Amino acid sequence: MRYHLPMHVAFLGATKGMGRSLARLMAARGDRLVLLGRNLEDLQRSASDLEARASAELTVETVACDLGDPSSFAPALAAAEQALGKLDCVVVTAGLFATQDELEADPDRALELVTVNFANTVGFCEQARARLLAGGGGKLCVFSSVAGDRGRKPVIIYGAAKAGLSAYLEGLDHKFREQGLQTICVKPGFVKTGMTANLKPPPFAGEADAVAVSVLRAIDRGSPVVYAPWIWRYIMLVIRSLPRFVMRRIGF
Amino acid sequence: MPTDAANSEALVPLRDPTTKLVRGPAIDSAKPPTLVGWGNLPAPGVEVLSEDLQALTAGRVLSRGLGRAYGDSALPPPGELEVAGTTLADRIVSFNADTGLMRAEAGLSLHAINGSMIRRGLFPPVTPGTQFVTLGGAVAADVHGKNHHVAGCFGQHVTRLRMRVADGRILWCSREDHPELFWATIGGMGLTGHILEVEFRMDKIPSSWIWAETIRVPEIGEYIRLLKESASEWPMTMGWIDCVSKGRKLGRGILFRGRWATPDQAPNKLAEPFGRLTVPFMLPSWTLNPLTVRMFNAGVYRTPTHRLKPVHWESFFYPLDKVRHWNRAYGRKGFTQYQCVLPDAAGPEAARRFLEVLTSTPGGTSFLCVIKDCGPQSQATLSFPTHGISIALDIPVRPDTQALVDRLNEATLAEGGRIYLAKDAFTRPEHFRAMEGERLERFMAVRRAWDPDLRLRSAQSVRVLGDPA
Repeated sequence: MRYHLPMHVAFLGATKGMGRSLARLMAARGDRLVLLGRNLEDLQRSASDLEARASAELTVETVACDLGDPSSFAPALAAAEQALGKLDCVVVTAGLFATQDELEADPDRALELVTVNFANTVGFCEQARARLLAGGGGKLCVFSSVAGDRGRKPVIIYGAAKAGLSAYLEGLDHKFREQGLQTICVKPGFVKTGMTANLKPPPFAGEADAVAVSVLRAIDRGSPVVYAPWIWRYIMLVIRSLPRFVMRRIGF
Repeated sequence: MPTDAANSEALVPLRDPTTKLVRGPAIDSAKPPTLVGWGNLPAPGVEVLSEDLQALTAGRVLSRGLGRAYGDSALPPPGELEVAGTTLADRIVSFNADTGLMRAEAGLSLHAINGSMIRRGLFPPVTPGTQFVTLGGAVAADVHGKNHHVAGCFGQHVTRLRMRVADGRILWCSREDHPELFWATIGGMGLTGHILEVEFRMDKIPSSWIWAETIRVPEIGEYIRLLKESASEWPMTMGWIDCVSKGRKLGRGILFRGRWATPDQAPNKLAEPFGRLTVPFMLPSWTLNPLTVRMFNAGVYRTPTHRLKPVHWESFFYPLDKVRHWNRAYGRKGFTQYQCVLPDAAGPEAARRFLEVLTSTPGGTSFLCVIKDCGPQSQATLSFPTHGISIALDIPVRPDTQALVDRLNEATLAEGGRIYLAKDAFTRPEHFRAMEGERLERFMAVRRAWDPDLRLRSAQSVRVLGDPA
C-alpha cells in the first residue's frame, strides 16, 4: 500500500453493501471516519465493526442524518467536521432502490425515490461542497449508477434520478476542480449486495469488496467518473450508442 | 455474562414463527432454481440474502453460510425453497484485543477475520481446512482442524450464541443460559435454531508464520504411528495419504506437523494473505479419472519434503484455498466427501482395515485422502470428532457411489466409528442411527423441546434424521 496521509471522511451509507466494503478499506488503512445515517443503533454496529478491523487504534463516531429529511444535513455535516477536526472527504452511498414494476404500482414510492435519490442527494452534496470548499477543497465521492447512462425499460424512474445526479456531479467537477474540490462520480454496474439480493445477477455482476477497491483508487487519484466493475464502462458505451429503435425492442 | 433478562434488547418475541419479514425473490414455478453444496449435487432451493439476519431468519427453516458443506446440510428440505443466506451479515459487533474475545454476526467468514486479525497477532482458535466458512457454519458443524488433539473443536471456544429459535423468539444461550440448547446447537447443523451472532475467543499468535516440517512415510502403519507420536510435541498435525496404491505401499503419504513460529524463527515480515487462482468454469467430469488421480497421488508422495522451516500460514492451513472453485474440477456430476472417525479403541490397525475396504470396492479411488489425529470428544451433543483418527476421502459421484458409501459406513460401524454430517450426501438413516445411538436421541430430545413440530430442518435432516418432509 502506498503511503498516504489519512483522510478525514464523513460517510453517509457505510452500514450496507458497497458503502460497508469501502468504509472497511478506509478504516483498514487508517483513514478517520464519522458515519452518518438514520438508524443510530445500526450505525453503532458498523462503527464497532470498523474499529475492530482498523489497523491502528481508531474511534469511529456516528451522527444522525436522514437523506429523507433535508433539515438533518447541515447539523450532521457540522457535527462530523467537529468530530474529525477537519473534513477532507465526503462519501455518499446511501439511496433508495426499487424495481420499475414496484415503482409503477406505487406512485408515492416513485416520488419518494426520485426525491431522495436526486433532490435530497443534491441538497446534501451542496452542503458538503460548501463545507469542503471552505476548508480549501477535498474529495466528494457520490454513488450514482450505470442506470443513469441511458433511459432503459427496467430502470426508468431509478435511472432518471441517477441520470440527474450524474449530470449534477459532472457539472460540479467542471466548476470546482480548479478550486481544489475533486468530485468522484461512481457508476456501479450490477453488484451483488443486499439491495439487489432479489434480482437475478446478469453476466459481469460484481462483488462489493472488489468494487470498493476500485472506488478507493479513484478517490485517491481524483478520477471524475469510475465504472465498477470496469467492464461496465464498455458495456455502457455500447448501450449508449444503440439507436432508439433497438432500445425500444430489447428488454435491457 | 448477561442473561436473557439483562439483555432485553435481544428478546424479540415473534409469536407467529412463519411470518417472513424479508421477501424472497420471485420464483418461476415451472423452472424452480437449484442450490448446491460444495460437492455440486443440486436440489431445488434458493438463497435469500440480507444484511439484517434478525429479519431474514423470521419465518425461514434453515440458515446457510458460504455453502462449504459438501452434501445437503445447507439445502432446504423438500417443500421449502428458501434458505436464509447469512453472508451479508458479516460485522464484528465487539472485539477486545486484550482478551481476544470477539462477538460477530454469523455470516462473518474466517477469511475476513484472518484478513484483519493476522497482522494484529490473532488467529481463530480452531480452523478447518478452508477459511471460506462463516462463523455460523463453523458452529453448526462444530468444525475441527489440525490442532484438534490439543484445542478440540471450534464450539469449545464459543462463549455464547445469539439465536432465533423455532417459535420465533430471539435469545442468547451459553454454558449457563439454556445450556442444553447451546450444546445441541454446536454441531447441530443449524437444526436447533438460526445462529445470529457468535461470541468466541481468538488465539494470540507469536508470529504470522508456522514453524513446520513435512515427512514422507512409506505405508499406513508407520504413518499412524508417527501421527500419534507427533501429537505430544506438535499442536498441529495432519497428512495426505495416497489411497490408490495397494499392498506394501498402502497408505504411503506425507505427514505435516507444525506450531506457530516464535519471533526469532519467523522471517522479519508479515505473512500477507495470498492472491488466488481460480477454476473459472466447470471442467468435464472425466478430468479426475483413475489415471489422473493415480498420477496426482504419486506426485504428492514425491513432492520434496522439508526439515523445520517457517511456512506461510495460508499454505499450512489452507493449501486448497489457493485455487478458488476447485470443486469445479469434478465437473457437473459432482463429488462427495466421506469423512469418518475411527476411535483409538479399535486399535492401531483400524486405518489399514478401512483403507483395504476402500481400495477393494468399485469406485473407491479418492483424489485426496486426509488422515488427522483427534483428541477427546467435546461436550457438544452431536459433535463429530472423538479420540481416534479421522479419515477424509473425496469421491467423484458415479452410479456406484451409494454402494461405496454404504460399504464404507459398514466398515466405520465395525470399528465403532462415526461420520461427519458436514461432508455427507449419501449416508442412510439406519447407518447414522447405529453410529450415533444415544447421542442422537439426546439431540432429538433437545430439538423436540424447542421445536415440537420439527419445523427447522434441512434436506439432510429429512434424509438422515427422518424429519418430516
